[in-house]
Amino acid sequence: MHDADKAFYGNGLPYLNINPLRGSLIVIEGTDGVGRSTQIEQLTRWLEVQGYGVVNTGWTRSPLLAETINEAKAGHELNVTTFSLLYAADFADRLENQIIPALRAGFIVVADRYMYTAFARNAVMGADREWTRQLFGFAVVPDLVIYLKIDVKHLVPRVLESKGMDYWESGMHLKLGSDIFDSFRRYQARILREYERMTDEFDFVTVDAQQPVDAIQQDLRATIGRYLAGESMPPRQRLATVRAKRPPRRVAPRRRR
Amino acid sequence: MTGLTTPHPYPGKLIIVEGIDGSGKSTQIALLHRWLLAQGHKVFFTEWNSSALVRRSLRRGKKKDLLTPTTFSVLHAVDFADRLTFKIIPPLKAGMTVLADRYVYTAFGRDVARGVDNEWVRALYSFAPKPDLAMYFRVPIEVSLQRILSGRTKLKYHEAGMDLGLSREPAESFRLFQSRVLVIYDELVREFGLDVIDATADISQQQQQVRQLAAGVLGLEGRTPRARRG
Repeated sequence: MHDADKAFYGNGLPYLNINPLRGSLIVIEGTDGVGRSTQIEQLTRWLEVQGYGVVNTGWTRSPLLAETINEAKAGHELNVTTFSLLYAADFADRLENQIIPALRAGFIVVADRYMYTAFARNAVMGADREWTRQLFGFAVVPDLVIYLKIDVKHLVPRVLESKGMDYWESGMHLKLGSDIFDSFRRYQARILREYERMTDEFDFVTVDAQQPVDAIQQDLRATIGRYLAGESMPPRQRLATVRAKRPPRRVAPRRRR
Repeated sequence: MTGLTTPHPYPGKLIIVEGIDGSGKSTQIALLHRWLLAQGHKVFFTEWNSSALVRRSLRRGKKKDLLTPTTFSVLHAVDFADRLTFKIIPPLKAGMTVLADRYVYTAFGRDVARGVDNEWVRALYSFAPKPDLAMYFRVPIEVSLQRILSGRTKLKYHEAGMDLGLSREPAESFRLFQSRVLVIYDELVREFGLDVIDATADISQQQQQVRQLAAGVLGLEGRTPRARRG
């Protein structure tokens, strides 16, 4: 496979030495309804047939925060800062309690969404892009990020055919209009623009998700196969942090980099 | 990008107290609250980690020991962001005085002592407005521990840093963990210009100093705190 050391995206978790992490972190990104879960299901089977141990992780499924996030979404008026922080807490919980232990044990972790989802959503809601990136500075940089790319025109029928348009995925919380169909198109167009902006920043490998489901799966397998064979380069991701003017003395033990 | 270095744009005033458990800061802010109300001031009081939003997650996390230094830190930031939006900013906009028992400096002290990155936690809270008055109640570790052990304050699991496994004995763990926090607080005093109050002094002496500082910020100089008492 690949013996590259894992790195933190930003300042990281000083109290945790992440190397060696023998496993691989593969992220499947893409907007709501693009078909990530179907693809991941098939990918997982395919990888397991080849003998790889696979752990799936999703977005907002951490035992610590799942209920809080559901409650907050159901009744609470959340502003963008609170919203961003809630998802960051959820992500941190899954990262430390699920993703890092699985990587340490040598699993392939297939993540259905990663921090890029937060980057896209938070930016559309009006959060400062730099602030959101700093917030997720503790994330482990994935070995491979595959972006399932689709345009709004192709996305609409796919969503309507499956589970329909929901309040949040239609961006109704942004009050773009009272019509859910129009709101969905406008909100998703903004989300897709954010993903486009990130493609270079984070070295996404783009897969055309406007193809039939089987063709998408073939592209995904080919991409992951190249990675597993050691033929693809890991993404270059590193948050440029602004160092504090006067770095205070560290009291806690800190890992040297 | 931090708001903590530039004055906030609101007509109200934000007064906060900081210090480790057993420093007496809560007593002091309660006395200040009484005095301000007696002066006919419109005051809103808020406490660290008191929003309903993350209570369940924190309780669950603490009970099952699921919290890492990072989730502990971010959950407190969620609480703060929620209280800021709904409890702190509106009264400040309305020209009221907001009193806060602990503020972001608590996170800068405790979370860094717990092992999170210094710059990261500052970035996390960069949306926080700068207080008009931030008072730090400095107390030696033995004094605060005495106060706690004599039953005035309860020794709490995370306050004692028990999650870090520094010692299995709560008082010893508190001593070790909060000593780290005290070192950081001294750095925060310099970094953010906190007003230091000697928290070993008499309660009424401290309160006199607190009222003088508050009077200065609130434009109450004409009414000397001493004359108003009793």
